[in-house]
Amino acid sequence: MAKKINLTIDGITVAVDEGTTILEAARNLNIHIPTLCFHEDLCVAGNCRVCVVEQEKVKNLPASCATPAAEGMVIHTNSMKVRMARKHIVELLLSEHNADCTKCYKNGNCELQGLASQMLTGDHLFLDLVPDKKYTIDMFNTAIIKDDSRCIRCQRCVRTCEQLQSVSALGVAYKGNKMKISTFFEHSLFEVVCTNCGQCVNRCPTGALIERNYIDQVWDAIYDPNKHVVVQTAPAVRVALGEALGMATGKIVTGKMVAALRRLGFSSVLDTDFTADLTIIEEGHELLTRLKKALVDKDPTVSLPMATSCSPGWIKFIEHTFPEYLPNLSTCKSPQQMFGALAKTYYAQKRKLNPKDIVSVSIMPCTAKKFEANRPEMRSSGYKDVDFVLTTRELGIMIKQAGLDFEELPEEKFDSFMGSSTGAAVIFGSTGGVMEAALRTAYEIVTGREVPFDGLNIVAVRGTEGEVREASIKIDKVKPEWSFLEGVELKCAVANGLAHAKTLMQNVRDGKVTYHFIEVMACPGGCLGGGGQPIPTNKEIRTKRKIAIYEEDMGMPIRKSHENPEIAEIYKEFLGQPLGHKSHELLHTHYTPRKRY
Amino acid sequence: MTDCKSLILELADKYGRERASLLPILQGVVERNNYLSDTCMTDIANELDLSAAQVYGTATFYSFLDTQPRGEYVIRVCKTITCDMHGKKTIVQTLEDMLKIKIGETTPNKKFTLLETNCLGWCHEGPAMLINDTPYSGLTTEKVHDIISEFIKK
Amino acid sequence: MSHQTLKRVDLIFGEYSNEKYKILATTLARTNDDILKDLLDSGLRGRGGAGFPTAMKWRFTAETPSDEKFVVCNADEGEPGTFKDREILLRVPRKVFSGMAICGKVIGAKKGYMYLRGEYKFMVPELQKELEIYHEHMRQLNHDFSIEIRMGSGAYICGEESALFESMEGGRGEPRNKPPYPTTSGFMKKPTVINNVETFVNVLMIMRLGADQYKKLGTTDSRGSKVFSVSGDTPIPGIYELELGMPLDRFVDEFGDGDTKAVQVGGASGFCVPRKKFKDTVIGFEGVPTGGSMMIFNSSRSMYNVLHNYLEFFEEESCGQCTPCRVGCQQLLKGIVAVKKGEKKAVYLDQLMKLSESMKITAKCGLGQSVANSFSSIVNNFKEEMIY
Repeated sequence: MAKKINLTIDGITVAVDEGTTILEAARNLNIHIPTLCFHEDLCVAGNCRVCVVEQEKVKNLPASCATPAAEGMVIHTNSMKVRMARKHIVELLLSEHNADCTKCYKNGNCELQGLASQMLTGDHLFLDLVPDKKYTIDMFNTAIIKDDSRCIRCQRCVRTCEQLQSVSALGVAYKGNKMKISTFFEHSLFEVVCTNCGQCVNRCPTGALIERNYIDQVWDAIYDPNKHVVVQTAPAVRVALGEALGMATGKIVTGKMVAALRRLGFSSVLDTDFTADLTIIEEGHELLTRLKKALVDKDPTVSLPMATSCSPGWIKFIEHTFPEYLPNLSTCKSPQQMFGALAKTYYAQKRKLNPKDIVSVSIMPCTAKKFEANRPEMRSSGYKDVDFVLTTRELGIMIKQAGLDFEELPEEKFDSFMGSSTGAAVIFGSTGGVMEAALRTAYEIVTGREVPFDGLNIVAVRGTEGEVREASIKIDKVKPEWSFLEGVELKCAVANGLAHAKTLMQNVRDGKVTYHFIEVMACPGGCLGGGGQPIPTNKEIRTKRKIAIYEEDMGMPIRKSHENPEIAEIYKEFLGQPLGHKSHELLHTHYTPRKRY
Repeated sequence: MTDCKSLILELADKYGRERASLLPILQGVVERNNYLSDTCMTDIANELDLSAAQVYGTATFYSFLDTQPRGEYVIRVCKTITCDMHGKKTIVQTLEDMLKIKIGETTPNKKFTLLETNCLGWCHEGPAMLINDTPYSGLTTEKVHDIISEFIKK
Repeated sequence: MSHQTLKRVDLIFGEYSNEKYKILATTLARTNDDILKDLLDSGLRGRGGAGFPTAMKWRFTAETPSDEKFVVCNADEGEPGTFKDREILLRVPRKVFSGMAICGKVIGAKKGYMYLRGEYKFMVPELQKELEIYHEHMRQLNHDFSIEIRMGSGAYICGEESALFESMEGGRGEPRNKPPYPTTSGFMKKPTVINNVETFVNVLMIMRLGADQYKKLGTTDSRGSKVFSVSGDTPIPGIYELELGMPLDRFVDEFGDGDTKAVQVGGASGFCVPRKKFKDTVIGFEGVPTGGSMMIFNSSRSMYNVLHNYLEFFEEESCGQCTPCRVGCQQLLKGIVAVKKGEKKAVYLDQLMKLSESMKITAKCGLGQSVANSFSSIVNNFKEEMIY
């Protein structure tokens, strides 16, 4: 057991474990010390100084986030001295900050604004430094906008990019009055190794890093009488959208979301989960084909382990960092892009629409999806397959704009076709979900039996944050056509967060590990922790979303992708067979190496 | 100017490929090439398995690690208080007149760059300046004339 | 007024032995407890400015278990008005290396680093030659403690010990949160003793003279001598080794030009003492401490210009990570300009004084905390110069 430390905070004496910070100790007592640079997911920086407190018998005010509790400490979190110092610090931040809040995307959702309002900053105490600063705004990227004039230099983004994602596209540059958060040589985010994962956006306390929003373009499309606007919604959106609209964390709001989208005026409300199921069929067959080539044909050119390709942050990461492993990526497009390609082909045919009149919108927990939709590879329908990508947050804004009382909306069902899905598709939203869904299907294709796990729940591959999860599944008593897989132990690994993806890939590269199949999601926890999800984020929030996702899976009548009736239908009516000619044309793609720096 | 790739290989072999080797390598490049070009920095990032933004962030922290092209001779005039009191402005004026450039600029022939810098540690003999690594103190207009004339001849 | 000259000391720069590294050899033969006892008895406090008792720093580090420890000599002398470390390293480098080696023995370190500011790069060839001689002697003594020079590249903040470690580790010189202190987590997160150049020399001299003899110099709170860097309006600028604990009026008598209006003690991060307080000001840990910088201003100088120069320095040399220092320095500078130009009323100076107080108690490191020293001492004592 950890050693206990006794300290007094605002007159309350408390014992905490050794190593606990003053901030944590205070929070345990429900004393809220304001913070800006502090974030639960990140290492302590101690640089904003907003969280300073007064310690008796000590001249200076320690930063509570960075100071461990010590025996006998007497702390005051709201003394005159603290109030004055804290107000000065917030005033200083404001003096460097472009505070025209009504022009800011984060207006009403900004931590600095919150503190300013709490402290009644009113007339600013100090001179406005903004006019003398040569702040720049990087608006050249399709996914993320970086506005230095709103930056308070807390370095949450830098720590996110380095520690959680091991990308370090963002760093701290220069010093003193010129110190700034910068990419390499201050290039635009689209010119550097940024994966557009948006984890920085999730953690930026102000409007310095935001998604590029396409809300107005989507409204324009909706109100254009000549356009048929289809919308697809990713699995992780339905367990987080409620948070953006004042509901408790971890609520499943699928039905209300569908109702809301219909009321916003979308012509057809469909589900990315449908193409998630389709992905499983295509990707499952691709894996089995690769295994056959490797095990039976002894083809040395076949690339194993095969890696999932649903996460666009992961795709861009591998393009930059491990380009030699691009052949290992499944050639399957992500569910979003499969949906987009089908919306302007299969769906258009079935609904007798001219694809040029279809506007395809997706609601994603992700900022990288915005970049993905704009890739030149993603026009196989002959049009831009997905026209606009909105994050969960943007959908939340649209629902508010439309004046809908979200909580009171009825539960409605997706339109059909391309609206039906399975539990296997829902779990795409969590780390390990694609793996589990793929195994549910592949195992059954090969053996004719359900995966041998209680309630189809392959808990062993359900990823956890902060580690690379490994699992293996023994294949036996296979159908005759799959005899080469008899007795094979299928080895899998699951990683979430690019820092862990990097570790996994390094281990693969160094030959320390061998796998057949790996699943990588760029964001911590998978898509449920995506860069487009409601702010704030932390492990507790992500865990609640994860529980919701697996609950949703358990509640679905069908829980295996290959049993989705619309999937059978689309192969019959349109695609022919998995990995067939049409699939290759519309559902598969290849990526190209990018420069490492 | 030495080719970045080979220079960085040479420096990395000498100082190692740890993060702690970064500063000596950056210093080594500046010593040879007078500044850190973007290709040099990406090469360093590559060699040390860092991100380019990390290399850039470290380089820009240090006043002597220039990321803009600099002349063969970088002149840094101390602007801190005692040098300022003892006639720094005249020294800068003299240098600007002689080199026909302003503070922050490089001569068209890429021979001289004129900069100001913080305390050089020659407060007792101010005004002072560095030309590359060599300090010159007790500067007067005449002395500056003599020094710079010698460099112009080089 | 007394016209007796200040007592000159010849401890730091004096020749200490005809035989190279003799004191080092005899000290290395002593027990660690014995050495630490001498250090403790001597009352030696760090010469970089902060004045932490050296014996305690060494003992804490010695007592921290670790597979590896380091000795770092802080030669990143960047405080405006200070140039004594350069002189020490040019004139008596062996004393510095000896002090470092003694420290290495006491704490159990095999590796020492000297972090030398980039502005002093011209000294490296000479120091390297000296290091070769040193390493040769260590081989003869069969004692394992090597010293390597690491260069700074123009960043004042790297003189802050944790920023210096960050810089040595290849990063931006940004100060760390404390605790942990270097004695438990310093260079490469290993227990590290970091001392100023002059402190190491003092250690060697204590080993040579013995604590009792050494203690005869200085006062109860400020033992020993100090190397002062004297500059500004003085007919005799330069390096002087003087006893600690002297009154400032006697210093001004000796070094001033007869028209001294203020002395900045301890550099830009130190205090400005006006004429009326010379008599009551003692230079030492009991009064106004200094890393050695003594800048003298006569009545022809505008204290507004002096403060403006300091604030420009801080605004540029702040590492920029913490709010009070990064933005506070800019506000103080812009603020005094605004008052001087009449864009802000004189009462705005009071607002700035409060700000500097906040900076002093909330900044992450000593730099941000110490900006208030010069700011408040200049604004308080020369308010009229700030306004008109």
